[in-house]
Amino acid sequence: MKHLLSAADLSRDEALQILDTAKQLSVATEQGVGKLPPLRGRTVVNLFYEDSTRTRISFEAAAKRLSADVINFSAVGSSISKGESLKDTALTLEAMGAHAVVIRHNSSGAPHRLANAGWISGGVVNAGDGTHEHPTQALLDAYTLRDHLRGGEGDLTGLNVTIVGDVLHSRVARSNILLLNTLGAKVRLVAPPTLLPYGVEDWDCEVSYDLDSSLDGSDAVMMLRVQRERMNAAYFPTSHEYSNRYGLNVTRMNRLSQNAVIMHPGPMNRGMEISADVADSNRSVIVEQVANGVSVRMAVLYLMLGGSESLK
Amino acid sequence: MTSYVIKDVSILDGKPTDILIRDGVIAEVGSGLKGDEVIDGTGCIALPGLVDLHTHLREPGREDAETILSGSRAAAKGGFTAVHAMANTDPVADTAGVVEQVWRLGKEAGLVDVRPVGAVTMGLEGTALAELGAMADSAAKVRVFSDDGKCVHDALLMRRALEYVKAFDGVVAQHAQEPRLTQGAQMNEGVLSGKLGLAGWPAVAEEAIIARDVLLAHHVGSRLHICHLSTAGSVEIIRWAKSRGINVTAEVTPHHLYFTDDVVESYDPIYKVNPPLRTAADVAAVRAGLADGTINIVATDHAPHPSEDKDCEWTAAAFGMTGLESALSVVYETMVVTGLLNWAGVADRMSVQPAQIGRVSDQGQPIAAGAPANLVIFDPRASELVEARKTVSASRNTPYAGRTLPGKVVATFYRGTPTVRNGELNV
Amino acid sequence: MTNDFLPSGRVVLDASDISRALTRLAHEIVERTHGATNLTLMGIPTRGAMLATRLGELISQIQGSPVAVGAIDITMYRDDLRLRPARALQPTTIPPEGIEGRLVILVDDVLFSGRTIRAALDALSEHGRPELVQLAVLVDRGHRELPIRADYVGKNLPTSHTEKIQVNLVEHDGNDEVRIESEA
Repeated sequence: MKHLLSAADLSRDEALQILDTAKQLSVATEQGVGKLPPLRGRTVVNLFYEDSTRTRISFEAAAKRLSADVINFSAVGSSISKGESLKDTALTLEAMGAHAVVIRHNSSGAPHRLANAGWISGGVVNAGDGTHEHPTQALLDAYTLRDHLRGGEGDLTGLNVTIVGDVLHSRVARSNILLLNTLGAKVRLVAPPTLLPYGVEDWDCEVSYDLDSSLDGSDAVMMLRVQRERMNAAYFPTSHEYSNRYGLNVTRMNRLSQNAVIMHPGPMNRGMEISADVADSNRSVIVEQVANGVSVRMAVLYLMLGGSESLK
Repeated sequence: MTSYVIKDVSILDGKPTDILIRDGVIAEVGSGLKGDEVIDGTGCIALPGLVDLHTHLREPGREDAETILSGSRAAAKGGFTAVHAMANTDPVADTAGVVEQVWRLGKEAGLVDVRPVGAVTMGLEGTALAELGAMADSAAKVRVFSDDGKCVHDALLMRRALEYVKAFDGVVAQHAQEPRLTQGAQMNEGVLSGKLGLAGWPAVAEEAIIARDVLLAHHVGSRLHICHLSTAGSVEIIRWAKSRGINVTAEVTPHHLYFTDDVVESYDPIYKVNPPLRTAADVAAVRAGLADGTINIVATDHAPHPSEDKDCEWTAAAFGMTGLESALSVVYETMVVTGLLNWAGVADRMSVQPAQIGRVSDQGQPIAAGAPANLVIFDPRASELVEARKTVSASRNTPYAGRTLPGKVVATFYRGTPTVRNGELNV
Repeated sequence: MTNDFLPSGRVVLDASDISRALTRLAHEIVERTHGATNLTLMGIPTRGAMLATRLGELISQIQGSPVAVGAIDITMYRDDLRLRPARALQPTTIPPEGIEGRLVILVDDVLFSGRTIRAALDALSEHGRPELVQLAVLVDRGHRELPIRADYVGKNLPTSHTEKIQVNLVEHDGNDEVRIESEA
């Protein structure tokens, strides 16, 4: 694996290798091994053009636990805020000998450019680009689902996963749809028509505008963050109407089957897409998602940098 | 003045013959002609010099991207003898002063006719009419008015502009883009834009404006020109308008004849352009529309940008591609090789009609004795790998870089003088 | 030309040889550890872990009390990590007793350069500080590159550097045998 730009880059076997590796790494964590050696001498740069403390910390913890040297490069207070171009930043990182760049960018496709424009020779991990993709989030979601619903082994064949909310602007949804399909799960999207991408009927998933009729048979419900500001662009009339029609509250939660889990990529808008009682319920695996994020990102970095492939 | 004879060249689809050029005009067409210098036209096609109705020369204001001189050189290299310099310069070409400056710099370059396009509204801001009459009456004799890059979206303002330019036989060239439907738009709205997470530029945003404007043009009895039409639906609307006798003309760019939006998957901003590259169905429709005459002309929308505006992430990149140097080869590949147009058709779409729409006298004339010697000699047997660093334009943003295009401009004559010879600039 | 699907080379230990060697190793371990109650066998995946399980059962039978058995994956501690594409990780299982203060015997199928054992010692140290670490192997083929030796050896097999030792175990390969294969 040279880069991880899109969940679509992963075959079933590659995805399972990442999940299996993450499993072993999380076992090591549970066994109390603080630091593992395989990325000693490797430099990982966290290049963050968007504020995302939770994702950056997760990648940073992952890289450090594998003994990599970590350089954090954030848009705020750096040469980026002085108008330096992505290209010049990339050339700088190349000169500093970065073996991998973890990039979060508000522009869809920026990781593709970084990986393919010939600016750097190291690997690129997409840590969320615009409204495009967020592949490590999809991996940690798959890991969480597998852990809860498949005993931590194999793929996700037969699972029904319902993704609810602002699919149009969600990189999490795009990556999840791709990866869940690769792993054999069935995906259903639920959103108001305004928050579904043009052409969604050609995607590999079911689409519904009605949450209540979509809860039956769902093994997992993944709630997406909905920004309140979206109503200013006429995506929906009011946040009140949105949460009435598409928010997950206790009444709706109680209609889910016994084993179904509730997920959210965070940060949550409590009271908007998810009620506080649901977020804090025992159905919710939101906190586990965060913990699993570190293991999955460790696995990605290990498989990318642990062997010979990325050697210059 | 040196006389030239082009030997054994086919005028459009005709049999090989000789063309004698003397004193800026075509002196004679026939066999066994003699001149001071001989150009071998064996296997080549002679077309009237190409006329581009839609060129961005960037001067004044962005001389780092292109100048009137460098753009004129690129035009000559591509077989053009006249270009229309779009108004979105800095300052905007919205006064007689700016259009005269552009016109004069074009004269000084002396490689092609540089015909300035005047802005429709002051500062391209879409709120108040620019001094259209003053630009028309100036030395530049502006006849084409456009806010290109921006749409004249205010219906009342558009109506007034259409009416006003009738006084001097002008035409409004509309950049059809409904602004609210294209806020932040990055690429064609379709399955791919959803997948790539790039904000979509829906076909309806173009079609809605075209539909409105053909109705307006009909209502006020004006001439209307549609810039860079790009969708199948737009072709349908123009076809309908023409069937109703509405005085509308339309252009398509070489890149909309050639590319589909699939190339955007690379996120390489070299393919970022406005209007965006569309689907295969749209490409088929604009080719068919150009073949059957619904679309009148090919116009390059040559839009040079410095490297830093393309060597970046997609959303940060500028819209636009260069096109002057590749236009004839692209039209050859997409329209002639495919059997959709013969050479007479190419001459009509790239020279005759653009000259008529722009009211450019002594361009777009048939190649015959007595006509001004504006012509291009094209070798369809040649082919060339396009390399960005070898372009004549001051900018390198050609989307054809790395691709091989068929045919080659062997020579261009501008008012009797070869601006291109042996495939190289002669100036 | 080689054919990966047909056994090649020469069988040096068959199933009964392996069984006898393991029984002898079990007896040696019991004898030399004096029936220690803090014994922990740590196999090195893949086949070392299987041998550790078998040895654990044999020792339990001899002693009449269960023996702690675990597995220690050495992948991330290898010194040749960068010479090949990233390798899949194998499970590490630490018995509930842990390894702190234990008498740990590392178990592997073949002892060759000693580099695997060096890595195993590093991996082990992340989990605690054993009282004593020993090494048991089914086959010692020589050619050490590090100052490491085995405390318990099932079979010494002098080999040429270019030969390959192939250990098959029922749990993983369907049969028990050890072969010497010549590199083509």
